[in-house]
Amino acid sequence: MSNVHRDDIGSKLGMWLFIFTEILLFGGLFITYAVYRYLHPEAFHLASQELDVPIGTINTIILLISSATIAMSITAIQQKKKKLTLWLIASTIVLAAIFLINKYFEWGAKFEHGIFPGSEYLDSLGYGDVLFFGLYFFMTGLHAFHIIIGMAVLGFMFYYVKIDRLTFDNFQLLENGGLYWHLVDLIWIFLFPLFYLIA
Amino acid sequence: MSENKQHDAQKSYLEETGGRKGIFKWILSTDHKRIGLLYLYSIMSWFFIGVTLGVLMKLELIAPGITIMGAQSYNATFTVHGVIMIFLIVIPGLPAVFGNFMLPIQIGAKDVAFPKLNLLSWYIYIAGSILVVSSLFAGGGPPDTGWTFYAPYSFKTGTNMLPAVLGAFVLGFSSILTGLNFLVTIHRLRAPGMTWLKMPVFPWTLYGTAWIQLLATPIVGITLLMVIGERIFNIGFFDPAKGGDPILYQHLFWIYSHPAVYIMILPAMGAISEIIPTFARKTIFGYRAIIVSTLAIAFVGYFVWGHHMFTSGMSGTALFTFSILTFIVAIPSAIKVFNWVSTMHQGSISADVPFLWAASFIFVFMIGGLTGLILGALAVNVHVHDTAFVVGHFHFIVFGGTGFAFFGALHYWFPKIYGRMYDRAWAKTGWIIFFIGFITLYGPMFYLGIRGMPRRYFDYLPDYHGPNIISSLGALVMVTGFVIIVINLFKSARSGEKAEMNPWGGTNLEWRIPSPPPLENFDEIPTIDKATYKYD
Amino acid sequence: MAEEKHHITSYKTYLLVLVALIIFTLLSVTITQIELSRWATVAALLIAGIKSTFVLLVFMHLKFDLRIFRVMVGLIISLLVVVIFITMLDFLFR
Repeated sequence: MSNVHRDDIGSKLGMWLFIFTEILLFGGLFITYAVYRYLHPEAFHLASQELDVPIGTINTIILLISSATIAMSITAIQQKKKKLTLWLIASTIVLAAIFLINKYFEWGAKFEHGIFPGSEYLDSLGYGDVLFFGLYFFMTGLHAFHIIIGMAVLGFMFYYVKIDRLTFDNFQLLENGGLYWHLVDLIWIFLFPLFYLIA
Repeated sequence: MSENKQHDAQKSYLEETGGRKGIFKWILSTDHKRIGLLYLYSIMSWFFIGVTLGVLMKLELIAPGITIMGAQSYNATFTVHGVIMIFLIVIPGLPAVFGNFMLPIQIGAKDVAFPKLNLLSWYIYIAGSILVVSSLFAGGGPPDTGWTFYAPYSFKTGTNMLPAVLGAFVLGFSSILTGLNFLVTIHRLRAPGMTWLKMPVFPWTLYGTAWIQLLATPIVGITLLMVIGERIFNIGFFDPAKGGDPILYQHLFWIYSHPAVYIMILPAMGAISEIIPTFARKTIFGYRAIIVSTLAIAFVGYFVWGHHMFTSGMSGTALFTFSILTFIVAIPSAIKVFNWVSTMHQGSISADVPFLWAASFIFVFMIGGLTGLILGALAVNVHVHDTAFVVGHFHFIVFGGTGFAFFGALHYWFPKIYGRMYDRAWAKTGWIIFFIGFITLYGPMFYLGIRGMPRRYFDYLPDYHGPNIISSLGALVMVTGFVIIVINLFKSARSGEKAEMNPWGGTNLEWRIPSPPPLENFDEIPTIDKATYKYD
Repeated sequence: MAEEKHHITSYKTYLLVLVALIIFTLLSVTITQIELSRWATVAALLIAGIKSTFVLLVFMHLKFDLRIFRVMVGLIISLLVVVIFITMLDFLFR
């Protein structure tokens, strides 16, 4: 019966509801952040200086561009421009990969300085630093995990567009994938100032 | 939509196998009715384990000192009892079983919005359940933190916390996906003419529940993930030795786990609201008030979590706020009780089995609710916090509320689900024994709690011996009643006499289709033109 | 469930929004680098709020979509704010 009748709005509603759960999932971490930031304002301030603002800014811009490209792919598919659609989805995935590579080097540099959860060096720095970097790794890590999932989702969308399962009059899945990707962007929009810009 | 052939409609969903054989016609079917029953059977299986653990606790408490187990085993027993009962049984209980079975039928749809996702939720549920139950048997011994997994002990203890916590996390996913599915179903698949205010109460309560499932569960998800992070990476979020705050853990945990109580009780109230008008032969009293109070409970219930933490050292402002909000949430609950009683008033009541469960539900729910107000008052709470009083209150609400409503709903919809009627004399016998056992089991806990007996102890002072004996005997009586009920239903499902389409004289859509329903529920999607629960 | 006409957003709109987002990002970086101490964080968060509104309305099509989606998103965000507020009632006054 699901083949007989397609409900695009229902499908979109489902995606939005899922996005709400994701917002609340990160919401739990934002609550934690708010509490510990309040309890250790000075230490958070100092610890934030350890983070690399230029890399953070570049990554923010990369994610914003990727958000724009996936949004444009929906315009492209509605205009029946299959090639452009594929190209836009692919560039979104590539941008996501660049984001992850940057993240990898950023994390790697921290690890080299002995800053990672449970390390002796970090524990010796004091409560505020432990909590700041605990949250930093946990939140950006969870965010990176969402990026990986998002890349997989968009990979499927690429394939579906390619085999014409998604077309100009049946593109709700692509729109849902796009919504998910914007969510990833949305969360980063808040993570960036909260971690990089409070120094 | 009306392309079904005539003979298809005659075949019930139990006969329609989709070409599959044996167990596969169950575990591969995306039919909401079969999935509902899958949940019923799996929940019942875990329930036997949960009940066994509960009985073991009562046997330990039958006399002071070590009776059948020591402190560590007792800690493990109440922990696993709690985790199984809460996460595996009462949270999915009514929504997953009767929600799945009845929601599409009651709103005039052929299935839920995402049938495949629905089946996936069940698989996730089973995966989570197996993780939780495996924590009983794997290496380091069963978890011993209590079902609340309070930090910092939950990441310090050497017992099997990981499978239990991970299991609860996975079960959360199942719950979220079910809620999501129901929300889209209710928004998109109501039959033509079924406006929001013509929808029966049970779907309405599922709607409120689904929102809580969707919006509260992620918070406990992330919290449990943080505990896992603590155990594996030693991060320090909740570790006072690293500056973390254990009270923050309690906040995050209860932000979910209090609304979870409303996940349990709202659909229970919905089921009761179905049963009472049917057996009083009267339109439900104050339909709109019931709807509004349902949404009010779901909404306000989201903001009262702190009343679980009155003695944990919160600020005075927070204590005050949470206490007030707790009292406020009692108002919509009371409105519902008044509605049920007014519905019965001057009705022509037939005291059949489902009605007996519903009436006893109101009785125990009121005791549970009023003792809840005692707990919500700050000063009294300090006296009875963490005593047997809390255990009594909790079981009156969750077991007396959700459990009674579950059995009520089971007896109410049983003829529809299986197309067969159970033996009513045995069902009544089972009910009365169960009810008496229930009161005897949990009643004394209020007295013990006020006298100061702490909960979660395997031992107690000799002063408390008397009421504990009564309580333990009550447990045995209740289990006897439970066994009678289950055997009766089990036998009747296979060989009871055939039930008619509408054995109780109900007015909602489920009573206008054959028992058991055909695969696609309706030959033709019905059009709704009058309010729900209309007796002319 | 009549077939709704889909709104097609132009590439130009997306590009304009993208440029605005990037400018806002650079702005928030600049503001926080100069010493305004306590207000800098507030400003950065405010800018994050503006940016996310853009993403929600244009990229996620809320502006052109059914009203119910806008209502839901608004309610969910307020819910999160209220929960953070109530939690802070404990820590602020301890």
